[in-house]
Amino acid sequence: MAVEKMSLAKALNESLRKALDTDPKVLIMGEDVGKLGGVFRITDGLQKDFGEDRVIDTPLAESGIVGTAIGLALRGYRPVVEIQFDGFVFPAYDQIVTQLAKMHARALGKIKLPVVVRIPYGGGIGAVEHHSESPEALFAHVAGLKVVSPSNASDAYWMMQQAVQSDDPVIFFEPKRRYWDKGEVDTESIPGALHAAAVARTGTDLTLAAYGPMVKVCLEAAAAAQEEGKSVEVVDLRSMSPIDFDTIQASVEKTRRLVVVHEAPVFYGSGAEIAARITERCFYHLEAPVLRVGGYHAPYPPARLEEEYLPGLDRVLDAVDRSLAY
Amino acid sequence: MTVESTAAARKPRRSSKRTSAAKTPAKTPEGSTPELVQLLTPEGERVEHPDYSIDLSAEELRALYRDMVLTRRFDAEATALQRQGELGLWASLLGQEAAQIGSGRALRDDDYVFPTYREHGVAWCRGVDPTNLLGMFRGVNHGGWDPNTNNFHLYTIVIGSQTLHATGYAMGVAKDGADSAVIAYFGDGASSQGDVAEAFTFSAVYNAPVVFFCQNNQWAISEPTEKQTRVPLYQRAQGFGFPGVRVDGNDVLACLAVTRSALERARRGEGPTLVEAFTYRMGAHTTSDDPTKYRADEERASWEAKDPILRLRTYLEREGAADEAFFTALDEESETLGKRVREAVRAMPDPDRMAIFDHAYADGNPLVDEERAEFAAYQASFAEEGK
Repeated sequence: MAVEKMSLAKALNESLRKALDTDPKVLIMGEDVGKLGGVFRITDGLQKDFGEDRVIDTPLAESGIVGTAIGLALRGYRPVVEIQFDGFVFPAYDQIVTQLAKMHARALGKIKLPVVVRIPYGGGIGAVEHHSESPEALFAHVAGLKVVSPSNASDAYWMMQQAVQSDDPVIFFEPKRRYWDKGEVDTESIPGALHAAAVARTGTDLTLAAYGPMVKVCLEAAAAAQEEGKSVEVVDLRSMSPIDFDTIQASVEKTRRLVVVHEAPVFYGSGAEIAARITERCFYHLEAPVLRVGGYHAPYPPARLEEEYLPGLDRVLDAVDRSLAY
Repeated sequence: MTVESTAAARKPRRSSKRTSAAKTPAKTPEGSTPELVQLLTPEGERVEHPDYSIDLSAEELRALYRDMVLTRRFDAEATALQRQGELGLWASLLGQEAAQIGSGRALRDDDYVFPTYREHGVAWCRGVDPTNLLGMFRGVNHGGWDPNTNNFHLYTIVIGSQTLHATGYAMGVAKDGADSAVIAYFGDGASSQGDVAEAFTFSAVYNAPVVFFCQNNQWAISEPTEKQTRVPLYQRAQGFGFPGVRVDGNDVLACLAVTRSALERARRGEGPTLVEAFTYRMGAHTTSDDPTKYRADEERASWEAKDPILRLRTYLEREGAADEAFFTALDEESETLGKRVREAVRAMPDPDRMAIFDHAYADGNPLVDEERAEFAAYQASFAEEGK
């Protein structure tokens, strides 16, 4: 056993280090990923140890970063690219959606595109505009992409390993406000498949489904509900595309109530997809409609208002109460 | 003309050459004409250029001529097949044969090509079966060939995107320590895309072994080059820190010489080059386009006089480098190719409906599996009703 307590950021760093060490075809590309180690220090020390040829500081051009990563993948490399912040990904959106996601299918399977696009996402860090968004639904809607987000250090370590080994492109959303949260990482034991959801807390009265930064909020809500005698189960989805509906279904068949929580706007968000699918799968089990808690259909607000906008403990508990009241 | 059976072995005469341009690229303030590298004039006369020379045997000249004629014949057949309803769309390369064959024949087998959707002549040079190119225009696939078989990537429809793929691929070539080169094709319209500017930046910064081959065919559907740029396109390279050169895109010899030189430069580790092949789209943008709405007949007529195939034929005949038997045999070969393409397209089956779900993911995907099963069950319900 090699269990070590480390921050989510450090777990990503260790995972990338292992990937570079294991496979000479793995490359890291992005803005400031070299000497600086990235603005969040996720690639700290990697260029020093693996050289400028493998940990590559790129020009400040996101489409160029992803576009050249595609070319490198076609040449046999496995690029892991960093988009500095969620709101900066859109210049690369065309390359990701139009090229990266579809190229394998256009070649009728004859070529593979093992590219990981890392995106620190979500709010709660008091940042300026374009630094706090949750655009995961915009990628989950696109066939050919896998979309995942770890909620803790162990998943960060292992899901990054699995993403780098994936022969399909993976959009890897990192919950930036959880970067400094520590957790135990067992570097010798895989906790589960990349797209398997995990039951983070068991309960009997209601299921909270969340991913990334909202898992912690949901666990806190479940603990608070417990004090009021309500037994809440928390499912950490881990993957937004594909979604492990079987695990959610099994939970809902037991609890009969589901609330989906994410930072992204509720409208057309992943909660809508989960609500629709679980309603189909669990229609006769449900005691209440599937409820959603998330961001609003408005631009992400200035930092002084973000705590109002983001789903917090009280908004989650409010939804729990509304569901239980049916 | 005189039929000479020994013509094939004879080198072209050098006596008729003259120098066509100054060594230093002229500065081109607005309104002046920039230098154009030319080795064969529209009249079929060989001229010399101080920076680019070429010395081809009669056999090599005939091979280039054959490539251009067969490519044009294939292209004409595809246009006809669209008119007959066998293809949904076709993007003709008519008029651009020299640019494509000249650059395509400059490549080594281990070089890699990133084309647009109009590079039928380059595909021909790479050995891609012409019928492979027609699947996407018939609507049976989105390309489907293995890019690594002929080092010829899939056609890219969104303009300019592939210049970044080429740059990344070239960065990989350099990392591997290989001495091959990469060529990215794009057009005057694509030159306005941000991706092309980013490809120039990345390739320059990383000194990537890539040649950017811009076929300036004067028209981006209905928009003339003046709507894309205020400077000759080749001059843009200077701002990125690598050389740019404009070549007569209807002169197969010049396109071959200039591309060869740019590829050699890439192989030597000296980085990217922008080649602007100054040519003309003789046909419509695609079979869905109507150029009579936006350009004058006289313009087309003026470019007809610069036809890439005619000028080489004139030269071959004048030099006695090809005889009547060669042209006759080539005509027959063209018709055979047209027939083969026609029959292959007509015999091209529609894909199985379940192919919708194939290859969405390389690793497999539970959502795709679920929807495939739903779709199969839905289709099966009709089969049961029919019983």
